[in-house]
Amino acid sequence: MSEVTVRKQKIKKDTVRIRLILFGSLALLLLLCSIFSDYLTPYDPYLQDLGNAKAPPSAAHLFGTDRYGRDMLSRVIVGSRTSIYSTLLLVGIVTALGTAVGVFCGWHGKWIDTVLMRISDMFLAFPGLVFAMAVAGVLGGGLQNAIIALAAISWPKYARIARSQTLAQKETPWLKAALLSGSGTWKILFKHVLPNIIGPILVTSMLDIGTMMMELAGLSFLGLGAKPPTAEWGSMMSDTRSLLTTRPWVTLAPGFAIFVSVMIFNLLGDTIRDYADPKSRRR
Amino acid sequence: MKRYILQRFLQLIPVLIGITFLSFAMMRIAGSDAITELYGGKGAVAQEIIDQKRAELGLDRPFVEQYFSWLGGMLTGDMGTSYVSGRDVFKTFVSKLPATLLLTALSILATVLISIPLGVLAAVRHDRFTDYLLRFLSFIGNSLPNFFVALLLMQVLSIRLGWLPVISSGTGFKSAVMPTLTLAIAMSAKYMRQVRATVLEELNKDYVTGAQARGVRGRVILWRSVLKASMLTIITLLALSIGSLLGGTAIIESIFMWDGVGKLAVDAITMRDYPLIQAYVVWMAIIYVLVNLVTDLLYHALDPRIRLGVSR
Repeated sequence: MSEVTVRKQKIKKDTVRIRLILFGSLALLLLLCSIFSDYLTPYDPYLQDLGNAKAPPSAAHLFGTDRYGRDMLSRVIVGSRTSIYSTLLLVGIVTALGTAVGVFCGWHGKWIDTVLMRISDMFLAFPGLVFAMAVAGVLGGGLQNAIIALAAISWPKYARIARSQTLAQKETPWLKAALLSGSGTWKILFKHVLPNIIGPILVTSMLDIGTMMMELAGLSFLGLGAKPPTAEWGSMMSDTRSLLTTRPWVTLAPGFAIFVSVMIFNLLGDTIRDYADPKSRRR
Repeated sequence: MKRYILQRFLQLIPVLIGITFLSFAMMRIAGSDAITELYGGKGAVAQEIIDQKRAELGLDRPFVEQYFSWLGGMLTGDMGTSYVSGRDVFKTFVSKLPATLLLTALSILATVLISIPLGVLAAVRHDRFTDYLLRFLSFIGNSLPNFFVALLLMQVLSIRLGWLPVISSGTGFKSAVMPTLTLAIAMSAKYMRQVRATVLEELNKDYVTGAQARGVRGRVILWRSVLKASMLTIITLLALSIGSLLGGTAIIESIFMWDGVGKLAVDAITMRDYPLIQAYVVWMAIIYVLVNLVTDLLYHALDPRIRLGVSR
C-alpha cells in the first residue's frame, strides 16, 4: 500500500516539473517575442496603405488589415511589447512597494504599523477597478497613469502577505540569534527576513500577472491607458470597435492575443504555486 | 452578537471617512476645481473675478474645511452640478442606479445558476473527465478579459446570428441578455472553482466517511449534509465578489450602451466631469462596504456556532 502511494506522488511531482518547463518556456517565448518584436513583424506596424485597407485575412496579411491598411499581425506583435512590458512593470512595482511596506510594518510594529495597515484597509475597502478608473481618469489617462492607478489599488494585498510573513519570521530562533549577535537592522532584513519571506510573495505576483494584464488592457480599452497610435492590445480593440460588424478580425485579433498571453501567464502561475506549495496540488 | 454588530458599525466610520477623503483629495490632486472648469475655455479672465468666484464657492477656505462642507453636502444629497450637462449630480446618479443594480442582480442570478451546479458536479466527479473538462472551461473563462467576451458575444449572437440587438435599447430582456451573460461568464469561471473547492473540502471530512460507513446513500449525504454545510461559505464568497462586479459593470455597460452608472462614469471620465466621477467613486465604495458588512453579519447570523452563543 505504502509503495503505491510513494509511486503515485512521484509521478505527480514529475508532471509539475514538466508543466513548469513547458509553460515557463512558453512564457519565455512570449517575452522574447515582445523583446524582438521589431524584427518579427512582416510589415511596418505603423505604415498606412489605404489602397489595401480593411482587407480580410489572407496569406499576405494573416490577420488582415485595419482601416488604414496597417497589417494587423504586425500590430499585434508590436502591441505585445507595450502590453507585456507594462504588465510586468506594474507587477514589479506592486510587489516591491507592497513588500517594502509590509516588511516595514511587520518589523517596526507600533503606531506606524497601525496607521499603514488602516490605510491599506481603506484601499481594500474600495471596489478596485472603480477606484483605478477614477484615478486614471483624474490623472488624465496615458499608460503611465494607468499603471499608477492599478498599483495604487493592488499594493495592500502584498503588504498584508509581507507583514504577516515578517511577523512570523520575527519569532524564529535564527532571527533572535542574529539579533543577539548584534547584526544591524538592514543586514537582518536583507539577509534573513527577505530571503525567507519572498517565496509566497513571488508566487502571488506570478498568479497576478494574468489579472493585471487584463485590468491594464481594460483601462486601455476605456481610453484610460495607452493611446492610439501606440499599438497596445486593449486600445487597439477599442480603436477598431466600429469595424466589428463588418471586419471582426481586426477587433478580435488583439483580443485573442490578450487571451493567449493571459492564459500562458496563468498556467505558469498555477504551476509555480503547485511547485512551491505541494499542499495546494491535492485540490 | 449585538456587540459584534455595533463593533462592525463603529469600524465602518474610519473606512467611510477614508473613502470620502480619498475621493475628495483625488479631485484636488488633479489640480482642477470648478473655477478652472468655469473659465477654462474662455480666454483670459480677470484675477479679481476668479478670486470673487472662489470666495463665493468657498474654494479659498482651507482644504480640511472644504472637505467637511463637501461631506456635509454629500450626506444631504447635494454633490454639486455636472460640469458638462449642468444637472444635479446626485439626481443624475440616482436615476441611473436602478439599471446598474438590475444588471448586477441578473448577473449574480446567472452566476449562481451556472456555477453552483457545475461546481458541485466537478467536486462530485473529482479527478474524472467531467471535472477536468469543467476545470479547463473555468480556466479559459478566467483568462478571457470581459470586454473581449462582450465583443465575441456581440459578433456571434447579434451580428452573425442576429438573435439580439447589438446595442441595448432601454433595459428590456433582449438588451439585458448579452451584458448579463458577459458578466456571468467571468464570474462563473472564478466562482465555480471556489464552489468546487468548498464542496470538495466538505466531502473529505470525517462525517462523510462516517455516513458512508453507516450505509447512507451518496446522494443523501450530498444533498442533506454536504451542500447544506458548504452553502454558507459559498454564499459568503458570492457576496464578496459583488465588489469586483460593481467595477466590472462599467466597461460592459459602456460597450452595450446599458444606461447605468457604469456608463455614466465612463462618459464622465472621458469628459473630465469631476463631480460625477467623484459621486460614482464615493457611492460605489459605500455600496461595496455596506454589502460586505451585510454579508459578514449574515454569515455570523447564519453560523449556528455563533447564533447559539458559543464563543468564537
